[in-house]
Amino acid sequence: MDPIKAAMLKRSRSAKLEQRGKLISLFCISLIVIVVAAIFFFVASRGLATFFDNKVNLWSFLSKSVWSPAVNDAHGNPQVGALPMIVGSFGVTFLSAVVATPFAVGAAIFMTEISPKMGKKILQPVIELLVGIPSVVYGFIGLSVVVPAIRHVFGGTGFGILAGTFVLFVMILPTVTSMTVDALNAVPRYYREASLALGGTRWQTISRVVLRAAMPGILTGVVFGMARAFGEALAVQMVIGNAALLPHNLISPASTLTSVLTSGIGNTVMGSLENNALWSLALLLLLMSLAFNLVIRWIGKKGEMKR
Amino acid sequence: MKKRHLLFLALAGLLALAGCGTSQSSGEAITAVGSSALQPLVEAAAEQYQTDHVGVFINVQGGGTGTGLSQIQQGAVEIGNSDLFAEEKAGINAKKLVDHRVAVVGITPIANKAVGVKNLTVVQLRRLFTGEITNWKQVGGKDLPVVVVNRAQGSGTRATFERWVLGDRQPMPAQEQDSTGMVRSIVASTPGAVSYVAFSYVDSSVRALALSGVKPTDQNVTTNDWPIWSYEHMYTKGQPHGLTKQFLAYIQSAKTQQRLVSKMGYIPITAMKVTRDAKGNVIDKQGEKSNGSN
Repeated sequence: MDPIKAAMLKRSRSAKLEQRGKLISLFCISLIVIVVAAIFFFVASRGLATFFDNKVNLWSFLSKSVWSPAVNDAHGNPQVGALPMIVGSFGVTFLSAVVATPFAVGAAIFMTEISPKMGKKILQPVIELLVGIPSVVYGFIGLSVVVPAIRHVFGGTGFGILAGTFVLFVMILPTVTSMTVDALNAVPRYYREASLALGGTRWQTISRVVLRAAMPGILTGVVFGMARAFGEALAVQMVIGNAALLPHNLISPASTLTSVLTSGIGNTVMGSLENNALWSLALLLLLMSLAFNLVIRWIGKKGEMKR
Repeated sequence: MKKRHLLFLALAGLLALAGCGTSQSSGEAITAVGSSALQPLVEAAAEQYQTDHVGVFINVQGGGTGTGLSQIQQGAVEIGNSDLFAEEKAGINAKKLVDHRVAVVGITPIANKAVGVKNLTVVQLRRLFTGEITNWKQVGGKDLPVVVVNRAQGSGTRATFERWVLGDRQPMPAQEQDSTGMVRSIVASTPGAVSYVAFSYVDSSVRALALSGVKPTDQNVTTNDWPIWSYEHMYTKGQPHGLTKQFLAYIQSAKTQQRLVSKMGYIPITAMKVTRDAKGNVIDKQGEKSNGSN
């Protein structure tokens, strides 16, 4: 066989390299998939045990408001009503998103449209700094500044959804802002030029063209912020008061799914109803973050700019 | 070439680490897991024991009473630390576990300093925590709403407090905190707040309440005049042997009990003039049986 033919038939060095690279990346991705699947399986098997092994009614789990898994009620059924935690989690999440969004959009408009120079130089680093602060620091500030301030102004103990909202507002603000900035920057320059050419003022351009075009991106940012707020445990736990009660106003102690989980998991015995009930809360959290992810995808698909 | 070097270094590092692990366990290693209230004592005792006995390794972890009991039940660790009798915890088969009592912890109600109350009866205290008393003026204090702060459900401190104060009554749902330090700082800063902590956590920022004139002191716990106390248990699965046995004997020895245990703010088991079983029966150490549960 002549050497050229041999060289052609043999797999080249770069082909082997590529093969190896493919294998390595396949290995990595399958490892990640296995880990995710294992987490899902574990949380689901534990969380569903509450309903299958302990015979708790799913509807009463979602709709009853007494959380005391160790104690049975008058009919001998365990009291696992997760409604207070569900309400608490959604309450702080939506409120903090509602408060944070206008600030984030305002800051982003300033950074991209009004004064990009100053935005890049000063605001960008500040926002990035906020992302890097650990949540326990936010919680500590919340406990020593926000809670006493709320107590001073509104009375009560100061612990509650309002304090949680304030802390989460600061925590999700950088996420929402930086994603909004990206969305605004992605709006093609000719949109603005066209608007200005038609005689639109700067305000009209920003409000009716740029914001409109960037809307899907902004919404994605908001949902991302909400996902972060929903999953945040430590900082919220420190300021919300951790009472498994349906909050009757914004300054009465409440609790979130995460705060009950973190404070309870070490005190329960694996396999007992108390423990299974906590896993059910974890499953609920997992499903919610899945829902947030789906919403983000849906927004992304729905809002693709058509050219 | 550079990448190869890095890879090699990383591998060498891993090997060295693995080597470390084996050299430590070449002596003997045990793990104690559980109650965060007991953790500081076990840690301190383990540290002392390790300096006296070269080559042994005692790994102490927190995680809570529930974790300690379930881990020891599964046999995953050598010692499970608990604030409660294993019989008191749901889901635990206490017959398989052997109890080693290493210390006693007294628990006292604490209140914010502004409430204007220093002394309560047990009934008044019970009503505070069940929500029947909602203002401090109902128990002779200032006109301040009562703010109850609980420990997390399942906490050993909470279980002990509720057992000896509430009896079979249910507490009202209220704020919950998962650490004693947090409870103390909230009680210190919230007007009208009331909660309960172990004796060693009481400081000048809060006020410890007396019960019907009996002050929360170690002395009163040893005679059971102060009823809110609990043993700190170290459970083993079956009878302990080897290092586990030696370490438990070390903690229970008169020397450790007198020096370390009282220094760390616990009450030595040797100082107790009474014993109490899981059902709450109190027995004088002379053998004469005194009043039963509550």
